Amino acid sequence: MERFTTHTGVGAPLRRSNVDTDQIIPAVYLKRVTRTGFEDGLFAAWRSDPDFVLNQDAYRQATVLVAGPDFGTGSSREHAVWALQNYGFKVVISPRFGDIFRGNSGKAGLLAAQVDDKVVAALWEYLEANPGAAITVDLQERTVSAGEGPDRIEDSFTIDDYTRWRLLEGLDDIAITLSHEEDIAAYESARPSFKPATL
Amino acid sequence: MPKTLAEKIWDDHVVRQAQGEPDLLFIDLHLIHEVTSPQAFDGLRLSGRTVRRPDLTLATEDHNIPTTDLDKPIADPVSRTQVETLRRNAEEFGVRLHPMGDLDQGIVHVVGPQLGLTQPGMTVVCGDSHTSTHGAFGAIAFGIGTSEVEHVLATQTLPQAKPKMMAVEVTGELPPGSTAKDLILALIAQETTGGGQGYIVEYRGEAIRKLSMEERMTICNMSIEWGAKAGLIAPDETTFEYIKGRAHAPAGDEWDAAVAYWKGLVTDDDAAFDKVVTLDASSVTPFVTWGTNPGQGVPLSARVPDPASFEDPIEREAAENALRYMGLEAGTPMRDIAVDTVFIGSCTNGRISDLRRAAELIKGRKVADNTRVLVVPGSVRVRLQAEEEGLDVIFKEAGAEWRGAGCSMCLGMNPDQLTPGERSASTSNRNFEGRQGKGGRTHLVSPDVAVATGVLGHLASPADLDKAGA
Ligand code: SF4
Repeated sequence: MERFTTHTGVGAPLRRSNVDTDQIIPAVYLKRVTRTGFEDGLFAAWRSDPDFVLNQDAYRQATVLVAGPDFGTGSSREHAVWALQNYGFKVVISPRFGDIFRGNSGKAGLLAAQVDDKVVAALWEYLEANPGAAITVDLQERTVSAGEGPDRIEDSFTIDDYTRWRLLEGLDDIAITLSHEEDIAAYESARPSFKPATL
Repeated sequence: MPKTLAEKIWDDHVVRQAQGEPDLLFIDLHLIHEVTSPQAFDGLRLSGRTVRRPDLTLATEDHNIPTTDLDKPIADPVSRTQVETLRRNAEEFGVRLHPMGDLDQGIVHVVGPQLGLTQPGMTVVCGDSHTSTHGAFGAIAFGIGTSEVEHVLATQTLPQAKPKMMAVEVTGELPPGSTAKDLILALIAQETTGGGQGYIVEYRGEAIRKLSMEERMTICNMSIEWGAKAGLIAPDETTFEYIKGRAHAPAGDEWDAAVAYWKGLVTDDDAAFDKVVTLDASSVTPFVTWGTNPGQGVPLSARVPDPASFEDPIEREAAENALRYMGLEAGTPMRDIAVDTVFIGSCTNGRISDLRRAAELIKGRKVADNTRVLVVPGSVRVRLQAEEEGLDVIFKEAGAEWRGAGCSMCLGMNPDQLTPGERSASTSNRNFEGRQGKGGRTHLVSPDVAVATGVLGHLASPADLDKAGA
């Protein structure tokens, strides 16, 4: 997993709340046998609408998604996180996340930044007034910011300390376990020889 | 400190323990199949990792594969891709695979024990919820998700919070005509589908001790159906006898060392369980489900329950929905329910002893008109053994279909599926809506009830066969 310290990228305003994981990626797209390529199913139902935000040129390269409350509720499918990442998103900003989605995001390295409702409202307005504008998300300082001068938006976001640490260090579950490699090796060397092997 | 059996095994596998963190457990055996492994291998590839212990990993093809036309390519493209992907991954990462056509191919939970790879005191995981089957040997065995599969592949360990401990005391003895399947179905009906949640369950008592290894597997297999994390049975002479001489069983001095260790794998006399439930085996009669979860079951001699008889409003509503889906009227005697298809197989009841029992019962009888009986061995070796004993001929003469090995109609991922509204009596473990095919209606039964039902065309027990003169 890559380390995440700060990220600046095009923001996409997704003016919807209660975006469940079936909307993020419908079940028919889950048949793949890889962890990549799920971008084709991202928001599949909405993508057929030419006016949908990600179909507009200014937002095509977006890496920061700004969504309404209760993003990622519903089924536990990890594919929802993979689909967002495969598309290119590094950060999702929302006033509230589905619990399992937030957990899955932290594990996979997608930053789920929880902000106040009014921050989302301000970001939506700013991004719609300035299509293609960038948002900066600083995990070290736990801040989101966008714009210049009097229009500047700057506020804090919340994320639990453990997930923040993992993202800052770029550690997935496996990397954390492998940091205890000597414990595993010690256990292995003491295993009884009568235990079966498959090879 | 006195410990339960499960605590002993758990403690013997802790690689690392730290305040506020789940225990890091070593995994002795990791079983893999085509459906839940592809993304785990791809995850390894994306992060440049390898399989830490290919020598503790075994893959087989089971969930998706057809049980007919075995020499032709798999017709369904998704199934074919998953199977081909497993083959590529096994090759690339050096994992032993038993593909279709291989002598040791079969349902993952039949293959492990059959090879002697499942032994007492082990931790066994697989990306499949019925991994609990292996607990029959006195092992901690449970199903895991795809990210956990990746974690075990890369590290041979798994972080796990220690579950609570439960004892199921089975008193008395199973009466003649009742089977292990009836016992576990009766227990699930008594405890409901959530009763085991958060627990590792140890099945104990005289009735359990008397069961054969394969009957014990039937019991442990369904632990997950009442929500338990895992289910296990203390190893004894029956267990040792079953393992001895199998391909991966220890031999010579290793065997003695292993048995000495295994003999200590019992719950200490004064060990405390967090919960104890009891079941009187002597009261268990042939048991069948009427609804859409394994807890919705009654004795075969009973009637379809009236939803109004359930006090709990949630259960009442569940019963109403189940009767609607199952197309059943409250008050109908279970025996009056006509069945279109009988499925004998799965990791619950697809072993050689199940097939022997079924063959003995069906011998000289005929499958009812308008009913089809599918017999699907749990593994290639089970199939070959059965054929050597002539069981296939007995089944075919009775008018049943004899198939290749796999999960088959247990979950309807391969072409063996029910059509909408079709009703089955199935020796498998799940009667969820659509489990055996969209709109299909499943009654869970023992192999004995399955055969009697196939012959009479309605839910029935072997005793009914004699009464009907069939
Ligand atoms: S037989 Fe059924 S329950 Fe057993 S592993 Fe196969 S699909 Fe799962």
